[in-house]
Amino acid sequence: MKIARDAGILALAMVLMAAAVRVESFREARFPVPQFDPDQEVLYFRSGSELRRASNAFSTLTADLYWIRAIQYFGGTRRRLAAGMPGQPGPPRALSVDSSTGSTSDYSLLYPLLDITTTLDPRFNIAYRFGAVFLAESYPGGPGRPDLAVDLLEKGLRERPDKWEYMEDIGFVQYWYSHDYRAAAGWFEKASAVPGAPWWLRSLAASMLAEGGDRRSSRLMWQAIRQSAEIDWLRQDAERRLMQLSALDAIEALEKPIQAFTTKRAHAPAAWADLIRAGLVPGVPLDPTGIPYELLPDGHVGVSRSSALFPLPEEPGLSPRPPA
Amino acid sequence: MRATLRIATSVFRESVRDKVLYNLVLFAVLLMIASYLIGELSAGQDVKIIKDLGLGATSIFGLFIAIFIGIGLVSKEVERRSIYSLLAKPIHRYHVIVGKYLGLVLTLAVNVAVMATALYAVLAYTAWGVSPETARAWDAPALDPALVEAVGLIFLELTLVTAIALFFSTFSTPILSAALTAGFVISGHFSSDLRNFQSVVNSPVAAQLARGLYWVLPNLAQFDIKAEVVHGRTVPLSYVALAFSYTSLYVGALLVMSAFVFSRRNFK
Repeated sequence: MKIARDAGILALAMVLMAAAVRVESFREARFPVPQFDPDQEVLYFRSGSELRRASNAFSTLTADLYWIRAIQYFGGTRRRLAAGMPGQPGPPRALSVDSSTGSTSDYSLLYPLLDITTTLDPRFNIAYRFGAVFLAESYPGGPGRPDLAVDLLEKGLRERPDKWEYMEDIGFVQYWYSHDYRAAAGWFEKASAVPGAPWWLRSLAASMLAEGGDRRSSRLMWQAIRQSAEIDWLRQDAERRLMQLSALDAIEALEKPIQAFTTKRAHAPAAWADLIRAGLVPGVPLDPTGIPYELLPDGHVGVSRSSALFPLPEEPGLSPRPPA
Repeated sequence: MRATLRIATSVFRESVRDKVLYNLVLFAVLLMIASYLIGELSAGQDVKIIKDLGLGATSIFGLFIAIFIGIGLVSKEVERRSIYSLLAKPIHRYHVIVGKYLGLVLTLAVNVAVMATALYAVLAYTAWGVSPETARAWDAPALDPALVEAVGLIFLELTLVTAIALFFSTFSTPILSAALTAGFVISGHFSSDLRNFQSVVNSPVAAQLARGLYWVLPNLAQFDIKAEVVHGRTVPLSYVALAFSYTSLYVGALLVMSAFVFSRRNFK
């Protein structure tokens, strides 16, 4: 009897709940709710210092949350752009939020997120170093803002003037992204003067000044980054850059047999098979990742789009290579 | 002394039977385990995030325990009318206050120790198998002994909050005690604003009043060394010693006031 009564009460509760859900869905059909826009990204807090005051004893934990958000935002935007989703705007001119619509251009929240993270936790080392790499990365892999990368690292230096790694990173950004090897040399020199800094920073500075823009300097710099990298991702990125430089060396070496073929036959080779038959190359040349190089219609060589090394970097001090 | 210790033991036994306590500690431990997963999203910052979340969870759940159990220390006895049988014994009223306080502090010590052990366990698991290069890049080692310092100061803060909750419990209802204690905790963390009040007001009287309030309110911000410990910065022993002295004196004052109020209460 008691069980039957309890079952009846539960059944009544479920019927009432089902009716409430039905009424709610009817109401939403009659009075539509605003659609959720997954692409609309909003920063609820703009000021890192205000958020720091609000989070008080939990500011470092809040910094961690913002750091995770910055990584997810960067990775998500990068993936979206790589997938070539429709309606993507071109490279961002300014990293700011459109106040009238609340919408953003690509990567526009990246610097604010990193700024808030480093204001909440001024000694968050990786946020400065990684953040600078993210900001400086050329579009569409990043926002292509080396100026903001330098700003972020200089903010880190104000908090920790003894951090030679930040000076090294500024030098790297100046050299690789801004192509200002004189400024880069200055920063490497400054870094080398910090107690505890590695000896090779001084020779790197000298190399920049003497041969700035030369591939040898670039190789030295990436080897230095690989050696001082604190986490795997940075080390792997430095490895990839070194492989790109090796690919550039190989491409230059391949120009000779192609030139020889073109001179002899009065036309550029159409495929690697032409060069192999002519005995100018032993086989299809592979890039450092094992993917065959591509022979372009104009006779130049490039890495395949399917290679992890694509696109090859624009070298500081040298004219840009034609796209593959 | 014996009466005080007996009351303290009784409070401890009662507290460890409290389901709220178990749930709070369990939640804190689960949060620390979850921080391992959160750390996976952080591009190599898992150790830092686990430390931040672990110390934060210890602080916040410790505060919940201190407040929820502290506010009922005296008022529950009054509600259940067991206060009469307690006061009928040949003990002074201050024995009840000090015994209750020590019992809850002992409970907090055990809970904080459990949470600290869970934190170290999660850190040990995270650090296991990590390459030496990655470990060298950390600001502080994963199983950093300095974490004990941070946990110790969190515990000191909790003993102070417990004394505040106990004080309000001697004359107020549980809900009001909880609100007042929470208010003191918040103001204790933001009290530095009162110190510099003269820069935002023209009235010297208001500025003096604010400054006086700054000295009287408990300064809880001094117990927060989480950022320093997580980033491997040394906290001098003198700093810890001063925090301990401050806590001892402030708790002593609160216990004296609690005993004074309690001794004058008429339970008829």
